[in-house]
Amino acid sequence: MTQTVSRPAAGARKQPLPLDVEAIRADFPILSRTVRDGKRLVYLDSGATSQKPRSVLDAERDFYENHNAAPHRGAHQLAEEATGLYEAARAKIAEFIGAAVEEVVFTRNTTDAVNTVAYALSNAATAKEPSFRRYAVGQGDEIVVTEMEHHANLVPWQQLCERTGATLRWLGLTDDGRLDLSDLATVVNERTKLVAVTQQSNILGTINPLEPIVARAREVGALVLVDGAQSVPHQPVDVTALGADFLVFSGHKMLGPTGVGVLWGRYEVLDALPPFLTGGSMIEVVRMEGSTFMPPPQRFEAGVPMTAQVVGLGAAVDYLQALGMDTVLAHEEALTAYALEQLQAIPGVTVIGPPDTVARGGAVSFTVEGIHPHDVGQVLDDLGIAVRVGHHCAWPVVRRYGVPATTRATFYVHTGYDDVDALVEGVRAAQRFFGVTPEEATA
Amino acid sequence: MQLQSMYQDIILDHYRNPHGRGLREPFEAEVHHVNPTCGDEVTLRVHLDGDTIADVSYEGMGCSISQASVSAMYDLVIGRSVPEALETGEHFMTLMQSKGDPAVAEKLEDELEDAVAFAGVSKYPARIKCALMSWMALKDASARAWGGQGA
Repeated sequence: MTQTVSRPAAGARKQPLPLDVEAIRADFPILSRTVRDGKRLVYLDSGATSQKPRSVLDAERDFYENHNAAPHRGAHQLAEEATGLYEAARAKIAEFIGAAVEEVVFTRNTTDAVNTVAYALSNAATAKEPSFRRYAVGQGDEIVVTEMEHHANLVPWQQLCERTGATLRWLGLTDDGRLDLSDLATVVNERTKLVAVTQQSNILGTINPLEPIVARAREVGALVLVDGAQSVPHQPVDVTALGADFLVFSGHKMLGPTGVGVLWGRYEVLDALPPFLTGGSMIEVVRMEGSTFMPPPQRFEAGVPMTAQVVGLGAAVDYLQALGMDTVLAHEEALTAYALEQLQAIPGVTVIGPPDTVARGGAVSFTVEGIHPHDVGQVLDDLGIAVRVGHHCAWPVVRRYGVPATTRATFYVHTGYDDVDALVEGVRAAQRFFGVTPEEATA
Repeated sequence: MQLQSMYQDIILDHYRNPHGRGLREPFEAEVHHVNPTCGDEVTLRVHLDGDTIADVSYEGMGCSISQASVSAMYDLVIGRSVPEALETGEHFMTLMQSKGDPAVAEKLEDELEDAVAFAGVSKYPARIKCALMSWMALKDASARAWGGQGA
């Protein structure tokens, strides 16, 4: 028997979206272009990198056109203005995450921020200054990660362990895409020096319960690094409430420019860490025999920084704050609920990750039976829909769920129900194109 | 719709009914190649009879392009000498660099047989690696097998 799959009536599950999508789209110049022979761009790849509103582009351009100089050097007027703008952006970003200004270090991106901490911990072992040895990692110590981590929050810790002789341990995953905390008390133990965990999975969308992990780390005196690359852009994050020692995130995933990321660290911890990269800007006194270093954050910002990008990130934070992060979160929750329901209604589609919106963000990964994700992505691309396909820099996760790769849609402030509808239609088009429409099987 | 230019029927046929799939004995070399950007994988074995490729056997997972490419390659290289097979591989590489230029495809049609159907893939830079993975694996495996035999 052939039967048309019943679909909810149009708009049945479409709760009014908290954000005015049309007004927001008008702020993003790239969203007015077309792709693949005149098709509207349906951008569902913000999880890889977000598009930029005009105000961010204007802030960068204004910096270069009117204020460009190397900050923290020189006494001329432009240098003063550049320094002022750079530090004002730092203050803005600090306030955005509830941090003190001197706790915000600018890095290139999340990867760079993680490496800054990982190398500080191994450099600590050989630091000349005793004050820098407090968090040294060595033989017999353990670093804990999770099986859910992006490669950026996994490989640097593997490498730290290889350099120092420490042991890498990890928390596993449950079948429904959540962290398995059943062995938390043994995996995180007296030998643990640091726990690195993502707040929101870039592939599963899972929002992790950080409280028990932070609490256990505190019990054993371990540091906690939270990967906020997928959380800070999409939900309110307050470092005080987080209770961690480090929070790392990227500007380009939160409407800001590429080339700028943030390492937030509790001041007391940052102050006890040796630098990773050394050179100009981060020194106190340099003699031929040796040098001393500035306090944080300058200690971790060697060289002329990405000044225009930092200013652009400040403008991105302004944009997000004007929308309100609670509203951004609610907007994405509504979209995610709709997308999960619509996608899971398609026979042959399996969502990889939590099937509902409980503790879940707007990253929806799925497989389509009989069609490789690359081929799904190609059909979607042909329709103007940009998604991510592959292992999403989280190879252990796709391996854990027994799939070679997934197709992933990620949502942001300019995403509307029309985008999700386009995705759902596109998946059906892929099934038709490859002749794997399994309606009959389920009828 | 541009899709048909990439997904020629010949490609989809090879994808659905791959030729020569499965790992077989005997073999002189086995290689494992991955495409780290997407996780596609192929394990490929080469069995030589003198300098002739007597068998290419493989297992892999990946998209239709990568899987069809290894199947079309199997048809092309069995019974050929290693230098001939590698030369065919060079022609396939040329096709992949053609950016969809029909003149290139036309010139290589006799040489590449079914594999000329991959011309459409050359317009999509992100997919070229999918089509080339098996040829890279063959080059690697036959060099090892041949080197091992010649030594």
